[in-house]
Amino acid sequence: MTEKINTDDANFVEDPRYKQCNREALLGLGLGIANFIWWFAWGYGFGSQPVEGYTYILGFPLWFFMSSIVGAILFTVLAIIMVRKYFRDMPLGPLEEDDLKELQEGGREHG
Amino acid sequence: MADARMDVLIPLILYFIVIYALGFYSMRFVTRASHREGTGFLHEYLIGDRNMGGFVLAMTLVATYLSAGSFIGGPGAAYANGLSWVFLAMSQMPTGYFTLAVLGKKFAIVARKINAVTVTDFLKERYDNTLLVVVVSLAVVFFFIAAMSAQFIGAARLIQGSVGVPYETALAFFGISVLIYTIIGGFRAVILTDTLQGIVMTIGTTMVLVAVIVAGGGVPSIIQGMLEIDPGLISPYGPNPELTSMAWVASFWILVGFAIVGLPQVATRAMGYKDSTSLKNGIIYGTVVSMILLLGMHLLGAFGRTMVADLTGDLVVPTVTTTLFPNWVAGIILAGPLAAVMSTVDSQLLLAVGAIVNDIYANLINTKVKNTAKITFISSIVIGAIVFIASFDPPELMVWLNLYANAGLISTFLWPVILGLYWKRANTAGAFASIVTGIGSYIAFDMYWARPLGFHTIVLPLILSLAAFVIATYATPKPDQRIIKKFWGI
Repeated sequence: MTEKINTDDANFVEDPRYKQCNREALLGLGLGIANFIWWFAWGYGFGSQPVEGYTYILGFPLWFFMSSIVGAILFTVLAIIMVRKYFRDMPLGPLEEDDLKELQEGGREHG
Repeated sequence: MADARMDVLIPLILYFIVIYALGFYSMRFVTRASHREGTGFLHEYLIGDRNMGGFVLAMTLVATYLSAGSFIGGPGAAYANGLSWVFLAMSQMPTGYFTLAVLGKKFAIVARKINAVTVTDFLKERYDNTLLVVVVSLAVVFFFIAAMSAQFIGAARLIQGSVGVPYETALAFFGISVLIYTIIGGFRAVILTDTLQGIVMTIGTTMVLVAVIVAGGGVPSIIQGMLEIDPGLISPYGPNPELTSMAWVASFWILVGFAIVGLPQVATRAMGYKDSTSLKNGIIYGTVVSMILLLGMHLLGAFGRTMVADLTGDLVVPTVTTTLFPNWVAGIILAGPLAAVMSTVDSQLLLAVGAIVNDIYANLINTKVKNTAKITFISSIVIGAIVFIASFDPPELMVWLNLYANAGLISTFLWPVILGLYWKRANTAGAFASIVTGIGSYIAFDMYWARPLGFHTIVLPLILSLAAFVIATYATPKPDQRIIKKFWGI
């Protein structure tokens, strides 16, 4: 959503942290949607057949085991991978000169 | 009091003593801050000087959005509806990572730029409109007073049922405790007690679930027992397919999974953490704890069906607990649901106070802000007293408001916060249009077409209010260049 609107002021420089912030927000959104699809597909995909035909894993019906138990664990692991690998540290307060330079140079890991 | 069960009561009392201790510990920070100039006091009282670490952030977030609903009503519904309700409850799973990732660092950075201590502060700076501030603040005050009152009633019933004291005594004991620690300790007391409560809930849930599985002879035999009672109990459609239809169950992803971002008690936490490491750890702990609590509490309700027959709703957790454990252990475990209620109520109280003191008084009436501390305490006590008195005999208006509280708050905040944060073009007209359309259409749908196309009532109003936001924004001028610079500039 970084259309040209409202940046008609030539001196306007956008906060360099936002690019990464937007990317992280999209990752979170993507993970949420993937979580929904996993839950829905396993839950209704295998749960919609007649109860007599159910298969069981560890005592749970397959649809429940995959959608709600494996799904919960899988997406917890994915959330951990998401923040460990793709979320970057950055200062949250007002930017100092050298913070700014570092961020504009593409940003290394920042304390 | 003659038939009060002392062995259940004593652990509960000990628990409350710890809660009070946390309140008094936080009071030291509040007292120190009350000497600060201007809005410095509110910075401590309403957001704890933005000092939350990752673990506390995760615990307070989870404890806040898991209310009595998921902790007392949820297991009750799982008892009645079996695995279908556990399946439904898992829609809340993303909240652990979704809220913090989507509001993310950007919300924290912007909050620091404009020195916001409430979500309304954010809306005020972003849309720069007095009427909007008033509407939003009043929505917070009214909806929260109603919601708090409902939570008080739930907690008092739980104490009444498990300890055996009269309803009024239970209400006084519980209500006054929550009010005291919140009022004296502010945000810091709220997040610290939330953390304790989160830990208690997690341990309690795990213990009860393990005990239930052992008592039932393992998962396979419990599931077969459920199958014998009613095959619907192990199907995603439940024993009552008209109730738990596919579209309706899937709607909960919107109601409790994604739109939770719009609840001010949740969004406030996304502006109060210390640094980006807190955010990372907050997401990790929050997701793990959500998973344990959601699965554990609801499975407990569903499994309980095979052990104790003919229970209704709110009594499932207390009954199963007291059946399986010696009374003093039950006392500790029952602190879990009470903790869920307390940690929800305390943040609602604080936000209602924030709406009055920060959003209306400091922003609009007295911008010089003197005597903030005094006014804050007085309004906290007044709001607390109103909620407390209303819980003895809830007036009609309050019952009605509570019915619409969550949907009303989500409609008020969701799109104005999200679009205000990520869309430069978003403007005041859009925010107004989305709030009016959201709340208006929700009430209309609720009255005339409660399950449009099979979905939960909240789904269409949220889509309509998004559309209204975009249309009204494009029909009116761009927001002021000054605002864009303040929010997006360096």
